[in-house]
Amino acid sequence: MGIQDAADLDAPDLPTEPMPLNMGPSHPAMHGTVRMVLDVEGEKITNADVQIGYLHRCFEKEAEYATWTQIFPYTDRLNYVSPMLNNVGYAIAVEKLLDIDKKIPERAQYIRVIVGEISRITDHMTCLGAGAMELGAFTVFLYMLKGREWLYELQEEISGARLTHSFVRIGGVVGDLPAGYIDRLTEVLGKIRVILDDVSKLLDRNRIFRDRMDGIAIITKQEAMAYGLTGPVGRSTGLEYDVRRDHPYLVYDRFDFDVPVGSVGDNFDRYAVRVEEIKQSMSILEQALKQIPAGPVMLNDPRIALPSKAETYNSIEAMIAHFKIIMDGIHVPPGEVYSFTEGGNGELGFYLVSDGTGRPWKCRVRPPCVPAVAIMNKLLPGLFMADVVPTFGMMNMIGGECDR
Amino acid sequence: MAQLVLDRLLAQFGGGEIIKTGSQHGNEWARIRPDAWTAVCTFLRDDPTLSMEMLTDLTCVDRFGDEPRFDVVVHLYSVSKKHRVRLYGGVPEENPLIDSLVPLWPGADWPEREAYDLYGVRFAGHPDLRRLLMYPEFIGHPLRKDYPKEKRQPLVRRQAGSLD
Repeated sequence: MGIQDAADLDAPDLPTEPMPLNMGPSHPAMHGTVRMVLDVEGEKITNADVQIGYLHRCFEKEAEYATWTQIFPYTDRLNYVSPMLNNVGYAIAVEKLLDIDKKIPERAQYIRVIVGEISRITDHMTCLGAGAMELGAFTVFLYMLKGREWLYELQEEISGARLTHSFVRIGGVVGDLPAGYIDRLTEVLGKIRVILDDVSKLLDRNRIFRDRMDGIAIITKQEAMAYGLTGPVGRSTGLEYDVRRDHPYLVYDRFDFDVPVGSVGDNFDRYAVRVEEIKQSMSILEQALKQIPAGPVMLNDPRIALPSKAETYNSIEAMIAHFKIIMDGIHVPPGEVYSFTEGGNGELGFYLVSDGTGRPWKCRVRPPCVPAVAIMNKLLPGLFMADVVPTFGMMNMIGGECDR
Repeated sequence: MAQLVLDRLLAQFGGGEIIKTGSQHGNEWARIRPDAWTAVCTFLRDDPTLSMEMLTDLTCVDRFGDEPRFDVVVHLYSVSKKHRVRLYGGVPEENPLIDSLVPLWPGADWPEREAYDLYGVRFAGHPDLRRLLMYPEFIGHPLRKDYPKEKRQPLVRRQAGSLD
């Protein structure tokens, strides 16, 4: 089968009638709650209407009532398989409004890169493992999730939570790396390299996997740009755009890494790009662990940083400062900024409008997976029903990020 | 970083279409007269010096208390040139309507539906303007500043045989 045209397989002596079919919202392959209203003729899709919103939790409305710091827990729940990347993206946006984005302590920037790249790896491993399982490769799923869990343990060690980290702060990060963390992370990266090798052996030349992935749901580079695709989906088309490389933030300009791109733009390319990106993230992590300097992890600015607990409980000035930051929020000067970082699914943007108070006037999230889900309406017609599952899996829709 | 974009815009549109331009926190922005929305965006996409191939994001800001009340905000990006710009198109509260950018960037489809859903701004020429995140029977536009956070919605009974 593979790249054969779907029309070639029509049996002219078997008549069929067009039929509307709901796929989802509760469907095991839907990666969260999403509904696809499909018109099918036999096994072929003639029209698709993807409907999102089932996991809408009013992120942007809630953000307008929260202090700037209180939004961090909300960002954990955007892309919940790479929460640190959301924390980092949001913090940088606010810091730009405060004009302190160039003054964050260097060690804090390295820590952000480290926890962010760990998040990126967990994101890709979740996507690849789930996508492979949906094609019958259950062992790959078990391997990937085992590797992901090792990394989650490290994230939990540093932040105290497995997924809901809320680890980044405006001006830095909550705390320093625990003792021995660098050695443990280095060890885990070595074990993940073994997992990637095993997965490659299981999938890269697997006839079933290739036939289900090759030539399916091809996107051209021009289409990727026209639809706003970024991240692994955009790069699978050959579009070489990565925010870390093209608009470096934090300390990404100090690392040597490649931006993997595909050549066909099909489902297999999206799989292969993610595998390569895990390797690049591991390389970035190893360089960061070597380079990370000593120093503070929080900007020492009383308008932004909470005073230490000892000071808070023993001096009236510190208690007042603590009270003001907690109850009234960090006062961000009036202004607007669109700040963007490379999320697990592509360009994660935060468009913030501040009116000078301790709460944002507007906190808009540019979700990187929405363009990938939106283009499904264009990709699915002409495919088979069975192609919906791997195609949707490789788009990596995360309901929390997509529906916000 | 994208002053070139603003300079080209001002050079090309000298008839008051560009109301104001500026730069803040590394972002260049331009406020566009709403009736010139399509013309300016077409130029931004097609001019070889600017080459805004990607519509990164489209949303609205509710300037409650100001006139015009709603700003349609578009972030455009040139993958080849690595520059970007933010455009504002002000639309009034009584008739919040502006041209759709779907003919220029198909990726504007869902962001425009979301802006319509959450703010009530309509986009002329959009091929399928309906709610994106809220259900069809939702009353009101929740991201407007005058929509109370605690507002409750009437219960919806499903239409028999309905697929949408």
